[in-house]
Amino acid sequence: MSKLNITRRGALKAGAAAGGALALPTYLRADGHAGFTNAPGDSSVTLGFNVPQTGPYADEGADELRAFELAVEHLNGEGDGGMLSTFSSKALDGAGILGRKVEYVTGDTQTKPDAARASARSMIEKDGAIMVSGGSSSGVAVAVQALCQEAGIIFMAGLTHSNDTTGKDKKANGFRHFFNSYMSGAALAPILANNYGTDRKAYHLTADYNWGYTTEEAVRTSTEAMGWETVAAVKTPLAQTDFSSYVAPVLNSGADVLVLNHYGGNMVNSLTSAVQFGLRAAEANGKNFEIIVPLYSRLMAKGAGENVKGIFGSTNWHWSLPDAGSMAFTRSFGTKYGFPPSQAAHTCYVQTLLYADAVTRAGSFNPCAVAEALEDFEFDGLGNGKTLYRGEDHQCFKDVLVVKGKENPDNEFDLLEIVEVTPAAQVTYDASIFGGELGTCNPGA
Amino acid sequence: MDQIILQILNGLDKGSAYALIALGLTLIFGTLGVVNFAHGALFMLGAFCTVTLSRILGLSKEVIDETRTDFLGNPLKVDVPYIYDWFGESAGAAIIDWAVPLSILFSIPIMIAIGVAMERGLIKHFYKRPHADQILVTFGLAIVLQEIIKYYFGANQIPAPAPDAFIGSFDFGAAIGMDPGAIIYPYWRIVYFFFAMILIAAVFAFLQFTTFGMVVRAGMADRETVGLLGINIDRRFTIMFGIAAAVAGLAGVMYTPIVSPNYHMGMDFLVISFVVVVVGGMGSLPGAVLAGFVLGILESFASMREVIEFLPGINQVVIYLAAIIILLTRPRGLLGRKGVMED
Repeated sequence: MSKLNITRRGALKAGAAAGGALALPTYLRADGHAGFTNAPGDSSVTLGFNVPQTGPYADEGADELRAFELAVEHLNGEGDGGMLSTFSSKALDGAGILGRKVEYVTGDTQTKPDAARASARSMIEKDGAIMVSGGSSSGVAVAVQALCQEAGIIFMAGLTHSNDTTGKDKKANGFRHFFNSYMSGAALAPILANNYGTDRKAYHLTADYNWGYTTEEAVRTSTEAMGWETVAAVKTPLAQTDFSSYVAPVLNSGADVLVLNHYGGNMVNSLTSAVQFGLRAAEANGKNFEIIVPLYSRLMAKGAGENVKGIFGSTNWHWSLPDAGSMAFTRSFGTKYGFPPSQAAHTCYVQTLLYADAVTRAGSFNPCAVAEALEDFEFDGLGNGKTLYRGEDHQCFKDVLVVKGKENPDNEFDLLEIVEVTPAAQVTYDASIFGGELGTCNPGA
Repeated sequence: MDQIILQILNGLDKGSAYALIALGLTLIFGTLGVVNFAHGALFMLGAFCTVTLSRILGLSKEVIDETRTDFLGNPLKVDVPYIYDWFGESAGAAIIDWAVPLSILFSIPIMIAIGVAMERGLIKHFYKRPHADQILVTFGLAIVLQEIIKYYFGANQIPAPAPDAFIGSFDFGAAIGMDPGAIIYPYWRIVYFFFAMILIAAVFAFLQFTTFGMVVRAGMADRETVGLLGINIDRRFTIMFGIAAAVAGLAGVMYTPIVSPNYHMGMDFLVISFVVVVVGGMGSLPGAVLAGFVLGILESFASMREVIEFLPGINQVVIYLAAIIILLTRPRGLLGRKGVMED
């Protein structure tokens, strides 16, 4: 018969060890799963959707959330199935993911990196999310991607357009379906040359943060390569609302094109100011003055109203695309919510399907197996034509849409018309040009 | 030269908005002694009066147009405003086109009512509390008002264009004998400047030339003595709060064609308006107006490319830098009076 000896020192040691174990974040604990963070049980799996529910991009976040809900419905075999029927991979069967019912939790990024990391951390540690997706800002995407890398979770980025997300800040656990600034520049330049000629002088107004810089650089590089000259590039504060003092000097600067490297409210306000100051109707250097918005969003085009008419830009996806995948998604989304989806909704829906498909093909929720399944995966039927998830930087390469504000819209959603579908080959670049290290996949635990 | 004139015009335009908001803030501070952080929200509510009136005027019935289809391929439902039925299509369209100027009439009673309700319902309970409590409660109120607007109108900006007659720009260069096209300035911004001037003049005239204004000015100077004379100064101050709310609201109404309104627009102006009030001199109405224009012009010049290239980042700090210099050299602000906000 053994005798239990409990000493004071032993009790303290045991207490300290137990306390330490409890204090450890759950994703670092190895209990209850097979060597990776948040391994799901047999009946259900939880995904974490981290979108801006408050703050300036709340409307975009709400649209992302609608798309996520729709994706979960379709994965669980409810509704009309949306893009499951058009997706070239036939691994998904509408019975959840690997036989587990898909459930989800949501977080509010507030479009602030700190808040986004806190909500992602909460979804991973408290709710056991196996994957995090969503967001409407590159600053948030980079921050949450780094967190997911540390935690051993797959991050399927939402709307993020900066080169850095899959460039200098890329991570092995992070994947982006959305296009980037480089692709916008490469797709826009030939269209601009065709429409406005190769002898143009451009004036850039650039939002004073990371995305603005990469977009300005991309558009400058591609337009200068075709003969345009950059007269000036002025950084504008992110919080600026009235751009009159930045727009007023443009007409007398010698420029005949204004490039607005702005997104969201900045874009709506700077474009409104430019139109108010008569730039659309003006002539400079013997040519019509032109305005360009490199990254368009239908939700923002709505905010700018009449001012967007005739203005070129690029977009990741548009509901009016005639391919079977886009039509299926628009029908599904439109029937459920009464209006067509935005590009943010599309990318979030597609990312959820791509994750689920990768898990199914890998036969495991282990993030490293999922990452391997996504790397260099080629697919079609999700709205952008043939697409490659490049293994070197986890960036999707697909056709890019060049769009123009529609002159005579048929209805309130019909704000942009597709001018050109730029082939993926024309916007593909060497993965090394933006630097950064992908690192190695982290399964966590 | 043309750039300098352009930036002066811009500065006057920005200054008009700053002056109008700061004027209301000073009125409230001068009469009630309350530091009202919800004042920016009143500016935003004014702008949303325009959005609301536009939506009321645009209330429509659905007519099915079989010849066209919607995004799902169903027959298109076309919205036909009821106002077309009542006034005919051209008159109805003209009324909708003039929604922003019409909002002036629509917003005045609404903003006065909001101001009075705010003062009677919440702020009067904080008169005797420290300024820190007043700031906290009014800031909280501003956030609540913002969230209510966001709930009903969404987070995105909502376009509210000026009437067609005011779309376009005035060739200022040609008017003053310079090259045509050298200085062009949007019509609506010129309208905004003159509107602000008229409104400011009206507030000053009201305070200067009416008995009501005289009592209020006396109350601002010595509330206790005016009370001892048997005058119900509290009631007058409540009305002044309503008037200050209406001034902020009107500034917001007319601002909607310049920057499409969203729920956050009040906060964008709030901090700058407080700087304007402090630089102008706490409790000084002419000071608020003067500081509004001075800081507006400074901000415009600091946004010039040549200035930013010489001093990067100056466009973001110039207002605060100017405030520091002015307060170091004139601690009571430009036109501040001795004894106001001083123990």
